[in-house]
Amino acid sequence: MGRIIPIRHMEVEQTGVVRKITAKGEMGRRLREMGIVPGVAITVQGRAPLKDPVAIKVMDSVLTLRNNEADYVLVEVD
Amino acid sequence: MLPKKIRVALAGNPNSGKSTLFNALTGSKQHIANYPGVTVEKKVGFTSHKGYEIEVIDLPGTYSLSAYSVEELVARSFILEEKPDIVVDVVDASNLERNLYLFVQLQELGCRLIIALNMMDMAKARGIQIDTRLLSKHLGVRVVPMTARSGEGVEDLLEAIVQEIEHPYQKTPFRVSYGSDIDRAMADIEILLGRSESIPKAYEPRWLALKFLEGDTQIQEIFNLDPELNKKATTILKNLSKHTLDTLGEEPEAIIADHRYGFICSLIKECTKRHIEKRLNLSDRIDKILTNRLLGPVFMLLILYLIYFFIFWVSSEPINWLETAFDFLRRKTDAFFEDGVLKSLIQSGVIDGVGGILGYIPLIFFMFGAIAILEDSGYMARVAYMMDRVMRFFGLHGSSVISLIVSGGISGGCAVPGVLATRTLRDPKERLVTALVTPFMNCGGKLPVYAIIISAFFPEGRARLMFILTLFSWAVALFAARFLRGTVLKGPKSPFLMELPPYRLPTLRGLWIHSWERTWLFIKRAGTLILAFSIILWAGLYFPRLDEKSLAEFDSQIEMERAKIISIIQEKGVMGLSFEQLERAYEVATKEDVLDRPMEDSLKLSVKKALDREVDPDTDGLIVAYLDHKKATQDILRKKNETALKHTFFGRIGVMLETVTGYLGFDYKLNVALLSGAFAKELVVSTLGTAYSIESAYEGRSLEERLKMDPEWGPGLALVVLIFVAIYIPCIPTLLAIGSEFSYKWTFVSVVFNLSVAFIVAFVVRFFLGVFSISPWV
Repeated sequence: MGRIIPIRHMEVEQTGVVRKITAKGEMGRRLREMGIVPGVAITVQGRAPLKDPVAIKVMDSVLTLRNNEADYVLVEVD
Repeated sequence: MLPKKIRVALAGNPNSGKSTLFNALTGSKQHIANYPGVTVEKKVGFTSHKGYEIEVIDLPGTYSLSAYSVEELVARSFILEEKPDIVVDVVDASNLERNLYLFVQLQELGCRLIIALNMMDMAKARGIQIDTRLLSKHLGVRVVPMTARSGEGVEDLLEAIVQEIEHPYQKTPFRVSYGSDIDRAMADIEILLGRSESIPKAYEPRWLALKFLEGDTQIQEIFNLDPELNKKATTILKNLSKHTLDTLGEEPEAIIADHRYGFICSLIKECTKRHIEKRLNLSDRIDKILTNRLLGPVFMLLILYLIYFFIFWVSSEPINWLETAFDFLRRKTDAFFEDGVLKSLIQSGVIDGVGGILGYIPLIFFMFGAIAILEDSGYMARVAYMMDRVMRFFGLHGSSVISLIVSGGISGGCAVPGVLATRTLRDPKERLVTALVTPFMNCGGKLPVYAIIISAFFPEGRARLMFILTLFSWAVALFAARFLRGTVLKGPKSPFLMELPPYRLPTLRGLWIHSWERTWLFIKRAGTLILAFSIILWAGLYFPRLDEKSLAEFDSQIEMERAKIISIIQEKGVMGLSFEQLERAYEVATKEDVLDRPMEDSLKLSVKKALDREVDPDTDGLIVAYLDHKKATQDILRKKNETALKHTFFGRIGVMLETVTGYLGFDYKLNVALLSGAFAKELVVSTLGTAYSIESAYEGRSLEERLKMDPEWGPGLALVVLIFVAIYIPCIPTLLAIGSEFSYKWTFVSVVFNLSVAFIVAFVVRFFLGVFSISPWV
């Protein structure tokens, strides 16, 4: 059992498994429809020049989200 | 017998290749309109197969079918209300898992479906093998593997559509289970719905029940039609929520989504195989460089610069052809009509006005082409990603960058498509602010204005000043946005949850359709009105005419001057030198005019050549006298023009405006030019030309030289004018676009806001130049 941290604190190229989405309402739904659901593996692909937004690989596509949005996604990492 | 008709709607995720498939199916037979009441594009096209006439409707690309966004509402109400015969779900085979999420929701909706399993080439390249027959069997629909980009499988899809109409694949829809708690709640609500009289029967009860449990606002409104039902259903939802929160810690909405993914996941495990487990595909590797934290911005500037360079290079020839064509028309009409109102209307009003705008079409076409390359290749999304942090500081969204670039962020765009491009923004306030600041960018219309003023007053620093003006326009747009977001259009920031689509080589067909579509839209928007505006503009500068008497007075003054010089020539009586000869020599001298050589020397040379001997002191004196005469005549002509111009409608307005623009050092001529710039920016140049020409006061001089000769102009005023033109009133086509995309209230705000900003900034610059008595260095 690894640590559970928000995406914001993940390193570039680190991989983890989504454990919980804390967002409610529209934000929660949008995260889910883009494939960010519990049990899915994500990898941080990179960060924009000003460290925000962050690009993550989910399923077979690359998604971007801002750090404050990434805080809703709790990920289990080794 | 009439051909049998089939209506097909294309649904799918953004970036699933839906547009490519639409283009492949319908070719050029398509038309674009908006869905009623919303600014979402509706594309309809036609094709035929085996005696069927097939109408294809391209629904907006969505990830889901909830009530949160306009696109999703539009897509689902189209399916529910218009009931297309078949919905083709375009699914990206290389990204099945997420794409099938929309498919499951389409199935919940209860429509007849076919899957177009697109991008098979990409899936293959990524080592994904899909058992389409098994997939088809499990999902209960026809699955057509294809690669729309190369046209592979498009025929098969048409065949499948016809087959589906003739022999439906499956009559009973399959169902996803959402877990016993939710399934039970759904069944309960379904029973309630069956008993209710006031709920429209058009909707599938199971779907209504499911959406109600998902907390869908539009469906809740439908439930409200029957208060009794609503009360009972709400109780069911409350109990369910409480139960799921207690046992699973999630709202029903989240659990429903989990079950959809769960279903998809097990399906994929069964139907697909992955051969290669490559961690980074090509697209990811490109991103390692192009969105690198340090190299990314460097590449971005380089790419944008190259595009800018390319557009101007490639469009210069076609622009020349168009100019030649209009010149030709002008010459033809010159010979055909007699001087008078009609000729002036046709030449100055119609040909110059319409030609001036149409002349920019090649530039605009290639600019859209370049933007289509950026969008289709997937790079535009990266630009938004890299710029989001900066844009957010100014109260905008990463995607606002696209609008600003289209409007002239790399110089030479157009604000009309820029305003339309704001449609990609979801938040209404962010969208409106983006649209309101697009006119600050350096659109193609401003470039000729800059070009002429810069080459007249700052010939040394051309490129540098152009670049500074580009940066300046960005600065003005961004700070204006920040101001608007901090005052009248305050509001929360919308999320930046976007997909970075994999890099793809754009197809020529796609590029052509994209750039042509937008250019055509521009021609329609600007073009239909431009003729009317050109005529209004022409009339404003032509009427009312000076009365015969005043005109005759100027003419008699000119005549007197002429008589004076003739008598001097006769008096001095230099051998072989008549007035006519001097006139001819003068004409030759102006044509050969060498820069920085006094006119006197040029004329002397010319006379010397004509007489074929050295010029003696007597002749010298005559030449000086002749030049004095010339100057006096030109002054009279200038006075005449000035009086005539001041007499016209626009002239009068221009004079009135002097009370305000006087603070900026603008005279009525400049006011008139700026006023016509409101119709289209490039008209500033031609109107300034008209104001400074009208017959021969500046005979044989270009506008540039005329401006330089005007004592009121100088580098200081030139800089103030440049700044003012960069910021002031959006052109009428842009204002109309803002009006139709938002409301005419915002058109008004836009006019007032831009004019105020322009005035304040220009005034500050002028004041600053004045106080420190600086002559601008450039």
